[in-house]
Amino acid sequence: MKFTLSWLKEHLDTDEPLEKLADKLTMIGLEVEHIEDKAKALAAFSIARVISAEQHPNADRLRVCMVDTGNGAAPVQVVCGAPNARAGLISVFSPPGTFIPGKNITLGVGTIRGVESRGMLCSAAELQISEDHDGIMELPTDAPIGAGYAQWARLGDPVIEINLTPNRQDCTGVHGIARDLSAADMGKFRDPGIKPIKGEFPCPVKVTVEDPALCPGFALRLVRGVKNGPSPAWLRERLTSIGLRPINALVDITNFMAYDRARPLHVFDAAKVKGNLTVRHARDGEKLLALDGRTYTLDSSVCVIAADHGVESLAGIMGGEASGCDENTTDVLIESALWNEINIAQTGRKLGINSDARYRFERGVDPAFMVPGLEMATRLVMELCGGSPSESVVVGKQFGEDRVIDFPLTEVKRLAGIDPPISEMKRILTHLGFMMAGQGPVVKIAVPSWRTDVQGKADIVEEIVRIVGVDKVPMTPFERGDEPRKPILSAIQLRTRRAKRALAARGMVETVTWSFIAKPAAELFGGGQAELALANPIASDLSDMRPSLLPGLVAATQANNDRGFADVALFEVGQIFSGDRPQDQFIAAAGIRHGFASGKGIGRHWSGTAAADAFDAKADAFAVLAAAGAPMQALQIVPGGVSWLHPGRSGTIQIGPQNVLGYFGELHPRAAEALDADGPLIAFEVILDRIPDAKQKPTRAKPVLELSAFQPVSRDFAFIIDRGVRAGDIVRAAQGVDKKLITSVTVFDVYEGKGIDDGKKSIAIAVTIQPREKTLTDQEIDAVAAKIVAEVTRKTGGSLRA
Amino acid sequence: MTDLVQLESEILDQIAAAGDEAALEAVRVAALGKKGSISALLSTLGKMSPEERKTQGAAINLAKDKVTQALTARRDILKSAALDARLASETIDVTLPLRETPVEQGRIHPLSQVMDELTTIFADMGFAVAEGPDIETDDYNFTKLNFPEGHPAREMHDTFFFNPKEDGSRMLLRTHTSPVQVRTMLTQKPPIRIICPGRTYRIDSDATHTPQFHQVEGLVIDKGSHLGHLKWILHEFCKAFFEVDHINMRFRPSFFPFTEPSLEVDIQCRRDKGEIRFGEGEDWLEILGCGMVHPNVLRACDIDPDVYQGFAWGMGIDRIAMLKYGMSDLRQLFESDVRWLSHYGFRPLDVPTLAGGLSS
Repeated sequence: MKFTLSWLKEHLDTDEPLEKLADKLTMIGLEVEHIEDKAKALAAFSIARVISAEQHPNADRLRVCMVDTGNGAAPVQVVCGAPNARAGLISVFSPPGTFIPGKNITLGVGTIRGVESRGMLCSAAELQISEDHDGIMELPTDAPIGAGYAQWARLGDPVIEINLTPNRQDCTGVHGIARDLSAADMGKFRDPGIKPIKGEFPCPVKVTVEDPALCPGFALRLVRGVKNGPSPAWLRERLTSIGLRPINALVDITNFMAYDRARPLHVFDAAKVKGNLTVRHARDGEKLLALDGRTYTLDSSVCVIAADHGVESLAGIMGGEASGCDENTTDVLIESALWNEINIAQTGRKLGINSDARYRFERGVDPAFMVPGLEMATRLVMELCGGSPSESVVVGKQFGEDRVIDFPLTEVKRLAGIDPPISEMKRILTHLGFMMAGQGPVVKIAVPSWRTDVQGKADIVEEIVRIVGVDKVPMTPFERGDEPRKPILSAIQLRTRRAKRALAARGMVETVTWSFIAKPAAELFGGGQAELALANPIASDLSDMRPSLLPGLVAATQANNDRGFADVALFEVGQIFSGDRPQDQFIAAAGIRHGFASGKGIGRHWSGTAAADAFDAKADAFAVLAAAGAPMQALQIVPGGVSWLHPGRSGTIQIGPQNVLGYFGELHPRAAEALDADGPLIAFEVILDRIPDAKQKPTRAKPVLELSAFQPVSRDFAFIIDRGVRAGDIVRAAQGVDKKLITSVTVFDVYEGKGIDDGKKSIAIAVTIQPREKTLTDQEIDAVAAKIVAEVTRKTGGSLRA
Repeated sequence: MTDLVQLESEILDQIAAAGDEAALEAVRVAALGKKGSISALLSTLGKMSPEERKTQGAAINLAKDKVTQALTARRDILKSAALDARLASETIDVTLPLRETPVEQGRIHPLSQVMDELTTIFADMGFAVAEGPDIETDDYNFTKLNFPEGHPAREMHDTFFFNPKEDGSRMLLRTHTSPVQVRTMLTQKPPIRIICPGRTYRIDSDATHTPQFHQVEGLVIDKGSHLGHLKWILHEFCKAFFEVDHINMRFRPSFFPFTEPSLEVDIQCRRDKGEIRFGEGEDWLEILGCGMVHPNVLRACDIDPDVYQGFAWGMGIDRIAMLKYGMSDLRQLFESDVRWLSHYGFRPLDVPTLAGGLSS
């Protein structure tokens, strides 16, 4: 919403400076977005006369001018390049030190080709008041030498633009803005009232409203014998000052009413409208050439005003070209109506029309001002164009509802923390047009018709607080009381945090990718369900909710690869979706390693360069699980698992087949190819929600530590086994021999090749035996060792390596 | 006697000439071993007369002691020389550059770090963290939050929708984290003090908007919290988050469907070559919206607005992260460029704490 200071002063008797008014507007909720103050920006530019213009001694195209800047000052020497610089010309002068907006420079005293120049004669473009830069400005001979140019050219009216919130339809007119400012002590509100105009004859045009839900009120009046033409200067200046184009008096009046009184109107050339008016739904396929020169194809959701020729106007949005008023108009129909806000908004969006009428009607205009608005417009038409008015046709029953709110005065203190005296509350509300009755503790407050946004007690509190000033609300410490200081994060929140830090500590870099991915990628990773496909995706590759973090991470890895960074280890911890219910959303932690980004470090290095492999992914997954508090002893690793990983180089992490926590391995080459990524890619994903909750313990004390007094004994064994036998089975077999004595089994060597038969491999384990009650004799240790060999042999079919 | 003197002198010469420990050992064996020259002399003592044995014995033992001492001294010298030689051969090039450890190379995304910072600050003020699903119903995202029918946010061009179900209802991607407030109010009795950080979605994509972004909202419901408390909390938060001693904030009346009164909050700042300094300057920068929870919202969540009251606020995590850490382009937060992530990301051990500082 734009208006000028002088326009505001038509409605507000005030001497307050612009800055103060602007600050106040912002502080009462009418946020000033921009002030264009040409008078201030152009204050240094004055009207001057060129006394003489001589050829520059050293430059063909330059002239040396002596300039009379007025006020009895000595003539000033200016070097000027404009072809029209000549003796006697009245133009615009700026002294050294002036900021030239059109050139974005501050002028200094200059010496141009050996001749001093103490200022500048300016073009209109240099002042940014027009595009014209063909020479310096030429002003009429009666322009006062020495006067400020901006004042003389009537550029002195600052333009204020406010960012209006959608609830304040009353401030889509300058009148309403002035009312708010008056309540905030910024001056006296001028509200002389509107006198009705007596019709001289019945209105010959009848109005039928087919659907009152779309049009709760409609008022119409004919003015006969008008003479349409350019508006008077005051009206044209009003409109041009805020960037509107004057058209003719009748049209200008409607625009003026919209901006002055938040009352959009429409004028039809009565001669071009045949028959009576019907307000109705458009018929599917009906067309209208609108005033913006575009033809709109309508459907039954659009509300129109139609006559015998068909649609004449898009109700509340834009008139039709065919019935528009021009200089030949002699009889004018003035329409002032009420429209359904939602329908206006939807129609405007659908047709892509942003008109001043739509802007107001979709916010909901003051219903009680429909008829007075028509009266005021009629008066303006008669004043500017003459003519004789008909009586008004008014369709509709009630224009606005009476709203009275029972308001406990304590409500202000309760919600806002301030306690203004009742007299102050009453003063504020009265200025805003409310009426307050009673002395309390509960008063009755009648809401003015134009404040359709005020419905309840909280709204009244807001009115009082915003005018008193939110800055007057004292900051009040918010005590946390004696609530115990307990951890506030839930289990999953804690797991999420720890998973991130654990992965970053493994050298991986956290990223955040899109929650939505391309459908084929979603399908590849087990997603792509119909209920997870967006109806209105922003792009075809951001169409489906992700079933896994990996597709996004693969794309991110490839993007880095394409930038020349091949050795990357990326991870993400975030939401994945298996359905559209809350319980179908999980938090996953996933990572991708590519190139020389192994667990040892990123990139090549003299100390050892290793390409990332499936064991890095396994280690990443285990780091997440350990950090997130998973029961590590209970985890089982099952080879293979998901279709998007290499069948021979991947594993599934589970606690029993019913609870799969995640998987790791090398991305399947087919998956990499489908995602347009260069493999090999090393991947893991763990679903943090699936980690069983740890048991709550009554205290934080750790279990008692038992330290054995006896030295542990270590024994090494190497087994030759079939290549397909899993190391994990050997470890488990060895461990199972005596769970009390055997405290650890580690694999310290895996060998295939020379010395070992084809199809076989050698696996060496170190077994730690921890005596508990006494030192073991050699015979006892040998007995345990023999059992280990027997058990491993039995379970795996292997034999002790000779 | 001359023989003994000569023998001793010969042995001492041999000791001095021994070049390594093995040669020295050979000298020792030749002199003091079972069949050594001095051992042989000692074995002759038994055949001597007592007087002769007395003088000869003393002389031979004296020679033996001298030889033994010389052997020990020589052995120390040779051992030390051998160690020096070995160490010289073991020299390494200590200028070889180290590999950065994983802890130095890994990074936490700025958004994660800022979420941890927010949590730390609000936990200290007694707030819990609530979360909810990204895929929401129209009811929780709009209706219960007092969005009127026909509100532009409910249109397909503002909000991501899923396809309609058989009953005509359609799920959507939440446009703010306010549905978490609704879920909390429906399941928890006041007093309520929560923050709701999370991912949100709107159809928007340009230099300052991305289709997904992150918000943190706060909600307080009890029997006495008012605008003065809200102002205090936000003021304390801004000081703590931006890590400044003082900050000027401006609370402006505004409008949101779910709060009444509603306020927008600006902080005073100075912009200087892409850097923003808070607590000084002439510019006002809008950072959040807030207000008293609208009575209609309370009613929709089965809370009596005449008994309970409270306030809520919401701000963009991406935005405050960018402001604090000087990141200029929102889109880079989601572009996974390792150069950007390494530069703007945080080290894994830099966990924000109140005791140690949020960002240091």
